[in-house]
Formats: sequence, structure tokens, C-alpha cells
Amino acid sequence: MNKTDVLIIGAGPTGLFCAHQLGIIGLTCEIVDNLDKAGGQCIELYPDKPIYDIPAVPECTGEELTNNLLKQIKPFNVKFHLNERVEEIKKNQNRWHVKTSAGVEFDVAAIVIAGGVGSFEPRKFSVKECEKFEGNSLFYSIKDKSIFKDKTISIFGGGDSALDWAIELSNTSKVNLIHRRDGFSGAEASVQKLKELNDQGKLNLFTKYQMDSVSGDKQIEYVKIKHDEGEIKEIKSDYVLGFFGLIMQLGPILDWGLNIDKKTVQVNTENFETNVNGIFAIGDICSYPGKLKLILSGFHEGALAARGCFKYAKPDEKLRFEFTTTSKAAQERLGIKK
Amino acid sequence: MAKITYHTHDNKTHTIDVQKGLTVMEGAIQNDIPGIDADCGGGMACATCHVYVKEEWLDKLPAKEDGEEDMLDMAFEPKNNSRLSCQLIVSDELDGLEVNIPSKQG
Repeated sequence: MNKTDVLIIGAGPTGLFCAHQLGIIGLTCEIVDNLDKAGGQCIELYPDKPIYDIPAVPECTGEELTNNLLKQIKPFNVKFHLNERVEEIKKNQNRWHVKTSAGVEFDVAAIVIAGGVGSFEPRKFSVKECEKFEGNSLFYSIKDKSIFKDKTISIFGGGDSALDWAIELSNTSKVNLIHRRDGFSGAEASVQKLKELNDQGKLNLFTKYQMDSVSGDKQIEYVKIKHDEGEIKEIKSDYVLGFFGLIMQLGPILDWGLNIDKKTVQVNTENFETNVNGIFAIGDICSYPGKLKLILSGFHEGALAARGCFKYAKPDEKLRFEFTTTSKAAQERLGIKK
Repeated sequence: MAKITYHTHDNKTHTIDVQKGLTVMEGAIQNDIPGIDADCGGGMACATCHVYVKEEWLDKLPAKEDGEEDMLDMAFEPKNNSRLSCQLIVSDELDGLEVNIPSKQG
């Protein structure tokens, strides 16, 4: 059991800055995120794209912003729990008992949901039978590539994940790459490599095809693919891989008794608390009159929510407003030596 | 104002006057038309505002910018008449546009 003052759900910019604000006022926190790294949408959707509306930062990329935030919270030694999703929360007297998908448990005074538009999950095939084979011969990510050795693999998608895996697996497996159009969104060098491999017969490329159906007994045996013009091909396949990027799902947050409207959680604008005492929501996931989905708004919301957590974490203490420029306590927490 | 018609998956038709300058996505969101999620808020980063454009309108729409086709690779059941509705800015030329909203966005 991890005991800390506050659990932050979501390691995007809003969650990271909220951790900073908690640290400044002397509260501890830990952060859970479903992705394998901190940064949220900034890292997952646009790591290299510039952002121009962070106050006092004329231009930075999603990756730079994330790295700077991580640097800013370094003094607080915040513990991250990545690749985990919060599954269950339960009120336990005045505190919350939280459990993640990896079975990690927390005992916290307050919860801050900074979950963006939900947790990122792989996008799946729309063909219904795919569910039956998921996890056994159909995958949306690769954990152990050795199972593909000497097998026939059909990979769907046109982005970097699809191309990189097609190229890599073509060394040891028979690979079919199927994509809905002639163009690819993956790196140009990979596209060239792919075409070379196709010309050399080391890989089969099918463009303007999409999945039509999959069949097999326990495991996938055949995949049918359909051309834009209607022609259907049946290809033998031991495994099917789909790489269609990620989609955001609200997931278990829906079951926590929060007031939810159009995939967002309603909060008050005084401290960004939800209708449930001790649960706060900040960033893209919260809604209130005038809400803007900007990173800078998330920072403001995180600062106020952190102060809102204080009364739950330290009910017998009074929080005084201080500036980091002059507060000795804040500077000590930041580890500044004079 | 331009009239935009949204055909939703439940076989309902919603014809809305959308202010010029807004996107077809915003027209749907502001009028509570179901089926358009627009998770990223119009940044061409999520493909959850995907619509099918009525064939006769395909050539009249502004061409896809770089990146839209890449995002459509990620959309749920993309077809040749797929567009991201956040990229369709409403103007006089689009008066009468009809789009079908897919059964789901992901």
C-alpha cells in the first residue's frame, strides 16, 4: 500500500504542474498514467510539433514542454506509476483507497483527475470477429516478437509502427502489409525500404485494401482483405497485427459517481472539486462555464486544485498564501541552497 | 449561415444553420448532434470527428491538407469519401452540404 497525500491520475502537462503546486505547499503525491511515459497528449500526439501559447515560452515542442515540467518537479521526487490505469476507488473513512490495473494500491487523502480526454487505448479493427482472436493471434502491440518467427503475419496500418514492424519482422517471418491507400504516414526512409523489400519479394505489400474478415478455429488461419473496388483476396495468416494509433477512452472514471457531461467532469471553479468531496478534476477532462482546453488553463486549474487538496491532507493545519520568490518553506521544499 | 445536414447512425437527419467560419465539427458539437467526439478539439490529432461526405460534395470541398489523410488512416472504417469534419470550414460554398456520421468513432 502506497500512502501519500494526493494521487494524480494523468501525467500530462496539467498533472505534472499540479504535482509541482502540491510540492510547493508541502503535500506529497504520486502519479498514475496509462501510457509508458509522462507527457500525455503532448508526447503521444504531437511530441515534435511546436506550441506557441505557453505564457513566457514563445515556442516549444510537446516534448520540450514535458521535459521542462519534469525538471521543474524533480525536487519533489514524485513517484510515477506508468503503464497503469486506475481501476477502482473506494472511500475509506476520510481517505480514498485506490487500485490500479497492475494491482498497485494507494491510500490517499485526495484524488486529482488530470486525465485529458481519457486513457489512451489502441484503436481496434471494426470487424467483429477480431475480438475472438485478440490476445491470442491478433494483437495491437507486440510484447514478445519471438512468437512470430517463421510464421505468416498480416500487418494492417500505414504509420511508423506498422512500417517498422513490417520491416523488422520480414527478417524472420513471412509478412503481408495491408494499407487502405498508396500513401503512408510513416517515415519516408521506411516507405522506401518497404518498397524495396516488396520488389525483392521479401514482403508482400497490399495497398488500397482493408480488412474484410478473419477466420480460424482457435487461432486465426485466414484473413480476407477487400480492395477499394470490391475485389476480395483471402490470405493465409497465423497472426494479425493492427496499428491504427490510439484512441482516448474515459474508462472506469465513468463509474465513480461523478457528474459527467459529454465525456467531461463537472467541477466548481473555486478549487476544481467535483461533486464528490476529495475528488478534483483539472485540464481537458474538466468542464465549467467558460472552459478553454488550453495547457495554460490546466496549469491554473492545477494550482487551485492543489490548494483544494490541502484541507483533506492536513485538516488541522491552515494553508497560508506564499510566493516562491520569498517563501523560505517553499524554497526549502524546492531544495534551494542559499 | 449555411445549412449543413448531418445524417446520424440512428437514421435521423439534422439540418442545422451553421455560422460561417465555424467548422462542420463545431456545428455538430454546438448543436448536440451525436456521433462526433472531436476529442482533440479540432487539432487534426485524433480522427474522432470523422464523417462521410455525400459523393456529389466531394469535389466542392477544400482539398485535404497534409496530415488529414494520415489521420484518416486511424479513423473507424475510413472510405473514399471520408473527411475530418474539423477541417471543413463552413462558407457560402458549403451551403447544403450533407455528411453521414459513422456508427462510432473508435
